Amino acid sequence: MSSEPLLQVRDLGVTFRSGSRTTVAATGVSFDLGAGEVLAVVGESGSGKSVSSLALTGLLPPPPACVVTGSAKLSGVELIGMDEASLSRVRGRRIAYIFQEPGTSLNPVYDIGFQIGEAVRLHRPDKKDVAAAVRRALEDVRIDDPGRVARSYPHELSGGMQQRAMIAMALACRPDVLVADEPTTALDVTIQKEIMDLLARIRAEKRMAILLITHNFGIVASFADHVQVMRNGRIVEHGRTAEVMGSPRDDYTRGLIACIPRLGQRRRRLTTLREELRPR
Amino acid sequence: MKETPRPLLEVRDLAVHYPVRAPWFFLPAPAPKKAVDGVSFTVPRGKTVGVVGESGSGKSTTGKAVIRLAPVTRGAIVYDGTDLTALGADGFHPYRKKIQMIFQDPYNSLNPRTDVFGILSEPLEIHFPGMSRSERESRCEALLKGVQLTGDDLRKHPHEFSGGQRQRIGIARALAVQPELIICDEPVSALDVSVQAEVVNLLQDLQESLGLTYLFIGHDLAVIEHVSDHVLVMNAGRIVEQGPPESILQDPKEEYTRRLLAAVPRF
Repeated sequence: MSSEPLLQVRDLGVTFRSGSRTTVAATGVSFDLGAGEVLAVVGESGSGKSVSSLALTGLLPPPPACVVTGSAKLSGVELIGMDEASLSRVRGRRIAYIFQEPGTSLNPVYDIGFQIGEAVRLHRPDKKDVAAAVRRALEDVRIDDPGRVARSYPHELSGGMQQRAMIAMALACRPDVLVADEPTTALDVTIQKEIMDLLARIRAEKRMAILLITHNFGIVASFADHVQVMRNGRIVEHGRTAEVMGSPRDDYTRGLIACIPRLGQRRRRLTTLREELRPR
Repeated sequence: MKETPRPLLEVRDLAVHYPVRAPWFFLPAPAPKKAVDGVSFTVPRGKTVGVVGESGSGKSTTGKAVIRLAPVTRGAIVYDGTDLTALGADGFHPYRKKIQMIFQDPYNSLNPRTDVFGILSEPLEIHFPGMSRSERESRCEALLKGVQLTGDDLRKHPHEFSGGQRQRIGIARALAVQPELIICDEPVSALDVSVQAEVVNLLQDLQESLGLTYLFIGHDLAVIEHVSDHVLVMNAGRIVEQGPPESILQDPKEEYTRRLLAAVPRF
């Protein structure tokens, strides 16, 4: 019998209610994520890729506005339906998030050191030396001058440095699972490469599992072990990255890959998803 | 000797410097921030010149300087034979019609409080004051059809549209005054890849049917390679390299361009 994966999600569903209208944002989402693995979730906006990751730790509005069904087990412990007090011990400590826009996700009125230390103070009251933990977290993300950065406010840092600070914050409590929601979308390609290299190194060193939400297939190809493609709240394709990217079985996946312009392969016209999905 | 036709836009030694204030009044002011510093290029009529570079490279500022959204410290912006930097506000007015801009963020660049008709007819009221309301309505309807939306969309507000549809509205607004040159400032960076392909194709179709000229600013090298006839690579306010896309992006001469290309994940 194989051992249980670190994170096991089964038939996860998210439904939003507003007045008499209900919107199914995700349905039938199932996947396994083992320690040290990277699973990429790709899809267009509105496909349910972010919503299903937020549902894992109750980061969505409470019922009746939003109803989460199904099961998500972290090391065998059920997360869906868990009470708020227990969830807040999971959030940040076992499952940490980094979001797309570091500029808006960081609190502008506190310095970086305080914000990284906050998670440490909350989850590790036993930790005597918070400052040392903050410095270690900043060193983990390869910041050369941790003392200066810890005393800086978000607006004093570049986008790349802000994103590193966000990652440091997520790593400060050594989570088992890191959810990276479009971690490089707002960044330049050179900074993007630095951040992705950094995540790859941290994952290898700490055997951390990463759930990578993105729409950049280039990043998926070079970084993820497995990939799942979502459309309208459902997983349409799931498999090893090389297989899905090399020979996609689903028309939608094929269309999504076909419409991306690639360097050195100039075409007269870009293929659109609509053309690709038209019945032939 | 064969005479080359006059380019639609010629930028010579353009500089945009922003003064930096001293931290205290008795201290000397620090050196000005040189956002753009000595940039020269030409944009031939009917062609697309792509500008790539990291954030802070001055690529957007260069585009903004052309339509007076950034102050020109030095240099000449020659549009169809006329130096725009020498013109006063009245003299520049007709060029606001000839040169239009499409912005990156379709969520923030459309007025949320007016309907699509209001958004599209505002430039018409300014630049075609003699036009009647019914003329403007039929014109706006035609504009929407041109970007693959329908006349029914005229009464809707921006929030009722998806990101890709909003960007189409932004394009229709730019087209409303029949411009010759459009400055596209990261027009597809905020869009999903599937929507990106549709908007890029639309821009290329419009270029062909209307004979438009584009200054296309972006950070996605593959998109720039796809749309451009000529590429400028910018870093720290200067052009480090320029030429046809196949030579710049396949066989770059400069270390900076090589580094930029090496950072693009391939698949």
